[in-house]
Amino acid sequence: MSAFRSLSIASLKSFLRDRIAVFFSFAFPLIFIVIFGLVFSGSGTGRIEIGLVGEGPVASALESSGAFELRRFDSLPEALNEVEEGEIPAAVAVEGNRVTIRYAASDPAAAATVRGVVEGVVNEVNLRVAGVSPTYQVTARQVEDSTLQPIQFIVPGMMSWGVALGAVFGSAFTLVTWRRKQVLRRLRSAPVGLGVILAARLVATLLIGVVQAVVFIGVGLLPAFGLRLSGQWWLALPVLLLGIVAFFAVGLVIGAVCKTEEATSGVANAIIVPMAFLSGVFFPLDQAPQWMRSVGDFMPLKHMNDGVSAFLVHGQAPEAMAVPLVVLAGFTALMTLVAARLFNWEAG
Amino acid sequence: MDAAGPEGNAIVVDGLRKSYGALVAVDGISFEVRQGEFFGILGPNGAGKTTTMEMVEGLRRPDAGTVRILGESPWPRNFGLLRRIGIQLQASAFFDKLTAVEQLQTFASLYGADRKAAREMLELVGLGEKANTREDRLSGGQRQRLSIACALVHGPDVVFLDEPTSGLDPQARRNLWDVLESIRSRGKTIVYTTHYLEEAEQLCDRVAIMESGRLLAVDTPADLVAGLDAPTRVLLKAGVIPVDTARAIAGVDGAAEEGGLLTITTSSPGTVLAHLAETTPLDTLQVRTTTLEDVFLHLTGRAYRE
Repeated sequence: MSAFRSLSIASLKSFLRDRIAVFFSFAFPLIFIVIFGLVFSGSGTGRIEIGLVGEGPVASALESSGAFELRRFDSLPEALNEVEEGEIPAAVAVEGNRVTIRYAASDPAAAATVRGVVEGVVNEVNLRVAGVSPTYQVTARQVEDSTLQPIQFIVPGMMSWGVALGAVFGSAFTLVTWRRKQVLRRLRSAPVGLGVILAARLVATLLIGVVQAVVFIGVGLLPAFGLRLSGQWWLALPVLLLGIVAFFAVGLVIGAVCKTEEATSGVANAIIVPMAFLSGVFFPLDQAPQWMRSVGDFMPLKHMNDGVSAFLVHGQAPEAMAVPLVVLAGFTALMTLVAARLFNWEAG
Repeated sequence: MDAAGPEGNAIVVDGLRKSYGALVAVDGISFEVRQGEFFGILGPNGAGKTTTMEMVEGLRRPDAGTVRILGESPWPRNFGLLRRIGIQLQASAFFDKLTAVEQLQTFASLYGADRKAAREMLELVGLGEKANTREDRLSGGQRQRLSIACALVHGPDVVFLDEPTSGLDPQARRNLWDVLESIRSRGKTIVYTTHYLEEAEQLCDRVAIMESGRLLAVDTPADLVAGLDAPTRVLLKAGVIPVDTARAIAGVDGAAEEGGLLTITTSSPGTVLAHLAETTPLDTLQVRTTTLEDVFLHLTGRAYRE
């Protein structure tokens, strides 16, 4: 067996037998996927829930419009009680020819929506009853925009973050532990180049990263979370792999600088955690101030996440790969150069 | 001087020197190690043994001087030479969480050697039953033996062992001596450092005694001891015979009582012991011959401290 293969296998075995490493690589990001997935589930449906009292054509038309989640009440006071308690923003009562809307003063935006929709429905019913065909007609059709579903950004974001974290810790800890335990020294006294040693570790990291991605996507696809992949999801693979390489290189720099595992963990977290927020992997940056988005543009994690999301969920054309790949390749080259300058086989 | 013949020198070290700032760790040392020899570098901690080893192995660059192993220079890294030498480091350098046999298989692959050698090496160092035990679950002595096996698994001609017996309990040390003897019997050239003088005396064909970065002597333990021409000491329990009687025995150079013991020094122990055997109950008699510790004392003027 070649030195390269046997070192890759040794690295994989070391990883798989390290429960803490496996936990942080798999369970940790999964916990975030599950929490965010459950917290945000439903919030993206955009349907307002209102109370409805009474029967008749208007009530039926409201039901068939699908504009609201309707909660049936037997009497208006019952419905108003729910409005007062803030459970629903508005209640609609149909009594004979009278349609009453009562809304919570605290939520004028929802109130306006409810009022607009109910008035529209009432007008439509009026026209139908009068047997008049409308002069003007509105045709509305929805545009499929997957970003509206939170799980569609949660899974790619957590995947990019989890895989990047795994790559950084993988290479940094390997260098530091191997240096401290004199494994590096021992390898130096064997006829193997440093390139072969690092390439073997990189292959192990790439394999682990791909398995991580498969697990995260697999969990996202469960009915409870409802992730929907675009038709060309596999185009995300090149970005994912180069992202792993880039963060492996970041880990090499950390591993070259740090002497102890404790320091390594601290430095790696100090880099990855702020980067994760600035890159918008936990929360989309659409609402963030401009300066924060500008800083994010310098973060390799943002480009990795953009590139992965582009194909995983947005179904963009292959050209969308260009910017992420160029940025990640440049970052890899820069980090490798810095690591090569700082690298030392021995401690002290 | 580059070529090493079959009966020639495996290692030639000439004028090796290394300083760390103002501290001179190794101060111009030269020695040769013959093919198939068990060569010990001895000295107290801080004598410069490890630095010397590292320069010979090619892990550290000397400030001055040359090293030739099997006719080649170990610095800069020389893959051809690295395949022919095996290095065991002071710390136990193992891959995380791999079993004993996996460590050996991995190291064998690094040298392009047959992975099957792993099992054989485990048997050689007496770890056959620990093949599937993870390195972090081995005892100190077992780890030490495993690290030696890792240095041997690719079948090197020259083996470097740095303090292989330090930090082990007496039983583990004895076990390791057997391992070292069986390696020697395979015709390997072995260079090893130790601060246990009596161990080196027992194991080594030749020893180099180091102190403060300098070589004080290089020779076989027997010749070093003989060269000292020191008297043999015969120890008796005080009071068994009077001091004056002891002094009067033919061949006795001197006698003195101290700490409950009567010490008789003599250059002709045969005569003295024969006389004592006829006249004295010998139950408590001990004979102390010269050891490398005496040699060290003689060379440095100081008692040896490990």
